[in-house]
Amino acid sequence: MIDVQHLTKHYGQVAALNDISFSIQKGEIVAFLGPNGAGKTTTMRLLTGFMPPTSGSVHIAGFDCLEEPWEVKKHIGYLPETPPLYLELTVTEYLTFVGRIKRLGPEQLHERMKLIINQTGLTEVQSRVIGHLSRGYRQRVGLAQALIHNPPVLILDEPTTGLDPNQIIEIRDLIKSLAGSHTIILSTHLLAEATAICQKVIIIHKGHIVAIDTPEQLGTKLRQSAILNLTVKQADPGLLDALGKISGVIDVSQGLTANTYIIETHIGKDVREELINLVVTQGAGLLELSTQAVSLEDVFKMLTRSNKPTE
Amino acid sequence: MNLTHTIIAKELRSFFVSPVVYVIGAIFLAVVGLLSYQAVANASNQAIRLMQLQNTNAQLNLNEMIFRPLFQSMNLILMIILPLLTMRLFAEERKLRTFELLLTSPIGVNEIVSGKFLSVVIIYAGLLSLTALIPITLAAYATFDWNPIILGYLALLLQGALMLSIGLFASALTENQIIAAFLSFGLILGLWVFGALSTAFGDSTLGHILSYLSFTEHYERLIRGLLNVKDLVYYISGMAFMWFAAHQAIDAYRWK
Repeated sequence: MIDVQHLTKHYGQVAALNDISFSIQKGEIVAFLGPNGAGKTTTMRLLTGFMPPTSGSVHIAGFDCLEEPWEVKKHIGYLPETPPLYLELTVTEYLTFVGRIKRLGPEQLHERMKLIINQTGLTEVQSRVIGHLSRGYRQRVGLAQALIHNPPVLILDEPTTGLDPNQIIEIRDLIKSLAGSHTIILSTHLLAEATAICQKVIIIHKGHIVAIDTPEQLGTKLRQSAILNLTVKQADPGLLDALGKISGVIDVSQGLTANTYIIETHIGKDVREELINLVVTQGAGLLELSTQAVSLEDVFKMLTRSNKPTE
Repeated sequence: MNLTHTIIAKELRSFFVSPVVYVIGAIFLAVVGLLSYQAVANASNQAIRLMQLQNTNAQLNLNEMIFRPLFQSMNLILMIILPLLTMRLFAEERKLRTFELLLTSPIGVNEIVSGKFLSVVIIYAGLLSLTALIPITLAAYATFDWNPIILGYLALLLQGALMLSIGLFASALTENQIIAAFLSFGLILGLWVFGALSTAFGDSTLGHILSYLSFTEHYERLIRGLLNVKDLVYYISGMAFMWFAAHQAIDAYRWK
């Protein structure tokens, strides 16, 4: 459905994207994951034909982005990072305008409008002026705008940024419900979000693709080591050494306070039971034992570290 | 299917929900009203004085006494208010990121530029047609030649449309509305100054070029009641050039 070959984009002297290639099958949900400035938005803008690439090619639904931009535009629904809303129009007026510039016929437009307003949960606010709507509703209008012409490909740039937790769940559910009938690319800087909704994750860092994988595979790759946080009641100098002697522990270090420890262990070796027994027999008073969530920085550190020899 | 009319409809809707059009319209009509009152009052004073001197009914040329000065001052008002009408056209789209929606939709830049230009021309023509009340009311009390007045309105329409096309281009260059307004004001002022400069260069080639580029000469001829193809060509080609420049500015924005 989407085929990207050797895509490069320079802004003046600065290379925003450097020779990236990937392809996406019909019906897949794919996440672009990367920190701010990694090149996610640039990639999306190139896919939508908003700007041309410096070199390389993009094919969407079999059409070349440079040679047949109109066909590509008809096949794409795009939600930019800032939803492109005319604040002075009502929801219905706005969607009618978007439908028209997407070249829908009057009957088709009428039909799609009803469907989309329902699907995105805008029924209550459809005759209100967009400028008076909350952030969550505006994001939904943005999504409705991308869906109005029933495009086979949806490109969503950070669709959940700036929303509250409930709104995030709603938007994610909505995106998941679109899977199958639409091919969806979304960008995010949250690892959890990528793994929660997507079948494939493309990690971009400084204009390069660092990894393309399923969330599961990516998870196992990342779990080369696991980190545990331990808090005890009484700080005991002997405990530090004792913890280090447990088989499977790579490294133990002092945490922020005297009675916390950070323990790095080998993957596939669950030392938690042994660890708890040790703390209890030492009489240190176990208060808390938790596994540390993998942050995006850790992901990049690990991936860029493991990728270095091959580059 | 051409989508220019869709853009026009959307622009008109956006203009009429914002206070800008009403404020600009009110100022324009009030100033034109005051100026015409002053011109008519001045003319009737002169008529009375002439009658006292000659003891007969004085025949004044109202076209020369009222309408020509009025059209001249309307030109100045347009120079100030029309940039305020065009400043938001593209600058706002860029600021609010709605430009990304337009440019990723299957609609041509030519349709967008034409739609936006025609929408402001329609609004301006509407405002201008309201001022037609002035000659219509006057016609009930006095007799004058309608032809120069019709030609004067044609001149005002062309003159305004040219200024609007300049504003359209200026707005395509920036995402800041204030800068867009000042830029178009500056460009219009520049064209006006060309006219004044041309007299300084006299009968030289440079003088002729400057006087052709400036709208002053063309506008003056039209409001005097002289219809000349050369002047029509000037306005039409000026607008076409500005349309093209706006189109180029938008393409440059995407390719940068």
